[in-house]
Amino acid sequence: MPLPIGDTIGILADNLRMRKSVLPVSAKGAAAWAKGLGLPRGGETVIYTGLMYQMIPYIAAMNKVQGMIEDSRLANFVGLGRYINRAVNISAFMAVPPKGTRQSFNRVLVNIALLLKQAGLEFGCLYEDDLYSGALIYDLGMDDVLADHARKVYGALKKHGVRNVITVDPHTTHMVRSVYPDLIKGYDLNVKSYLEVLAERDIDPRAGLSGEVAVHDSCVYARYENMLNQPRTLLAKAGIAVREPADTGRFTLCCGGPAESLFPKKAAARARARVEQMKEAAPRGVTMCPICYVNLQKAAGDRMIIEDISSYLVRAYCK
Amino acid sequence: MSLVNPVFVDEVKRSGEFNANACMNCGVCSAVCPMGIELLPRKLFRYVLLGLQDKVLENRETVYSCLLCGMCEANCPAGVNIAENVRSLRYYMNKKVFKI
Repeated sequence: MPLPIGDTIGILADNLRMRKSVLPVSAKGAAAWAKGLGLPRGGETVIYTGLMYQMIPYIAAMNKVQGMIEDSRLANFVGLGRYINRAVNISAFMAVPPKGTRQSFNRVLVNIALLLKQAGLEFGCLYEDDLYSGALIYDLGMDDVLADHARKVYGALKKHGVRNVITVDPHTTHMVRSVYPDLIKGYDLNVKSYLEVLAERDIDPRAGLSGEVAVHDSCVYARYENMLNQPRTLLAKAGIAVREPADTGRFTLCCGGPAESLFPKKAAARARARVEQMKEAAPRGVTMCPICYVNLQKAAGDRMIIEDISSYLVRAYCK
Repeated sequence: MSLVNPVFVDEVKRSGEFNANACMNCGVCSAVCPMGIELLPRKLFRYVLLGLQDKVLENRETVYSCLLCGMCEANCPAGVNIAENVRSLRYYMNKKVFKI
């Protein structure tokens, strides 16, 4: 039996409503990446993570459990799970990712901060007030829950005097740039992805890289936010030969990740199909979204090396 | 035989962005869907427009299988807001079916 749709969405929505996040990422844990970077708290310009990278290890751990529950008799108990979850955060017990996985996703955020510093930008971060943007809840059509949450996120940003928001992933970028303005009256934040900021600043590489990579565009960056050239420009300037797989740019093929929370098996099949396309274009692949990254990496196994774009950029542009 | 709910489309429609009636049923969306969902979006939207509520509700898995990746929308010659229409259907189901 497939996962019960209503109860699964209900658990995610309850978590956002009660715990400000769909999965159990503690505020302290979510801010751990910034330790030692000396970023000021808040300020006019901040890096806002929206917790996507921090949450991916938990999503991966949760999906492993969901994959076991899907098509088994345990799926009958998800409804009971939702009931219990209101009192006890059951996802905290179900999804415990290894420390190493958490550290590798935190490393992406450190890389991005280093790149922004290298570009000469002065910025702060929100530490424990960096809240999840609600992207998954938006996709699932829980708009009332999202509207309440969006006001909390906006309030946290305003409390810290923020005017300019630098985002690190496509889903958060879309939420705070294109969705929130329709939900919050008087919304007045300027939002840019770090890739846009770096491309605008036209920074020069410190070390030339070589080799070729297949670029996997995020659906959200490519089709919702019209961001296509910036990652290619930054990679090419670093000396990397950018290769285009079939179905690229505005017509990029989805990694299947958005189906993970309800249909893990379908999501895995989509990811395998995309990896095959990328393998035909180059021996290595590059992503710019944490969901694409984890989903494609999992599907690729040891057949193809897939890295987040920040890993390449930090090697090329930072000292 | 199907029961028709004449106000179904009004119940699903939340804003001016729900423009399923712009669909000219060409089938490009189904052809390019990475999930291979033949039903979504054109047939499903037609059910909504015709008031065939039961048909839509029995296909709830299809509604939530959509990746919202926008490949269909990028290829749609009629400019249908497919992703937003799918989100409207989800909103309706969350409220009316799942009572969330």
